[in-house]
Amino acid sequence: MNIQLNGERYEIPTAYTITELLNELEIPINGVAVEVNLNIIKKDKFAATLINNGDSVEIVNFVGGG
Amino acid sequence: MTEPHFKNDILEIAGIQFKSRLWVGTGKYKDFDETAKVIEASGADVVTVAVRRVNIINRKEPNLLDYIDPKKYKILPNTAGCYTVEDALRYSRLAREAGVSDMVKLEVIGDERTLFPDVCGLLKATEILAKEGFKVFPYSNDDPIIARRLVDAGAVAVMPLGAPIGSGLGIRNPYNLKIILETIKIPIIVDAGVGTASDAAIALELGADATLINTAIAGAKDPVAMAMAMKHAVIAGRLAFLAGRIPRKLYASASSPIEGMLH
Repeated sequence: MNIQLNGERYEIPTAYTITELLNELEIPINGVAVEVNLNIIKKDKFAATLINNGDSVEIVNFVGGG
Repeated sequence: MTEPHFKNDILEIAGIQFKSRLWVGTGKYKDFDETAKVIEASGADVVTVAVRRVNIINRKEPNLLDYIDPKKYKILPNTAGCYTVEDALRYSRLAREAGVSDMVKLEVIGDERTLFPDVCGLLKATEILAKEGFKVFPYSNDDPIIARRLVDAGAVAVMPLGAPIGSGLGIRNPYNLKIILETIKIPIIVDAGVGTASDAAIALELGADATLINTAIAGAKDPVAMAMAMKHAVIAGRLAFLAGRIPRKLYASASSPIEGMLH
């Protein structure tokens, strides 16, 4: 399955939950926010939200800034 | 020595107590190690951060929050780089969902060269976010009317700029800032434009509740030394404000007595 991940094409073998995607990417859950198709997903819904073919996912965190 | 003067001088905003009137940004540092050292030297309680995509390619990249402990510091996410209300709302909501804070330093920028705020957009975004329960700290210009509108829109504080971000020009319009301080009842945090310690002292002397500084520290030849300088400057400025300065006079008034002079 092809998805858009942080602006780039990314392949997942099957529909992933957000938790599964974060695990594959080795991204720890704290200090991170996730958006799927412009909808911000609450953390307690990560394990239940499926990412499908054609979805656009944004994973953001905090970086240095003024 | 300064204890009695500071005991009742607590900075409180939206029910949160802040230990330092120096707030610092975490941008423009060499690396996270330097960032952490500088924040420590500054004595700051609040640090601002930006919201950006996680680096998917380089997963082993260190995380800012591993160097700036959210339990020790109050993290204030900003919406830097947002030029529209829609973007500012999106970044604010993402920042809150990251689960560290419901405070947001709201930036809706109007122009790339000056980075001045688009105050119309800022007012709209402030009102929407305040209704959603955010503690909104809008980065504004030094217009007292806009400051008043931001209060009406539900901001918990106003952050007027001293001068353009990173310009180091100091407090360009102390008179407007003074009017804002006299007419606005919520806390005022001067944000942007401070270039060196005296600028920070001036902001606090005028009566600002705090000042947010990034470039002046990060861009100094010795950022740790500048962080310490700013820490002292903010303390000095605040004390000078509380002490009540003498008026400015055109002519002299002697400091030593006439009585006892030899004739």
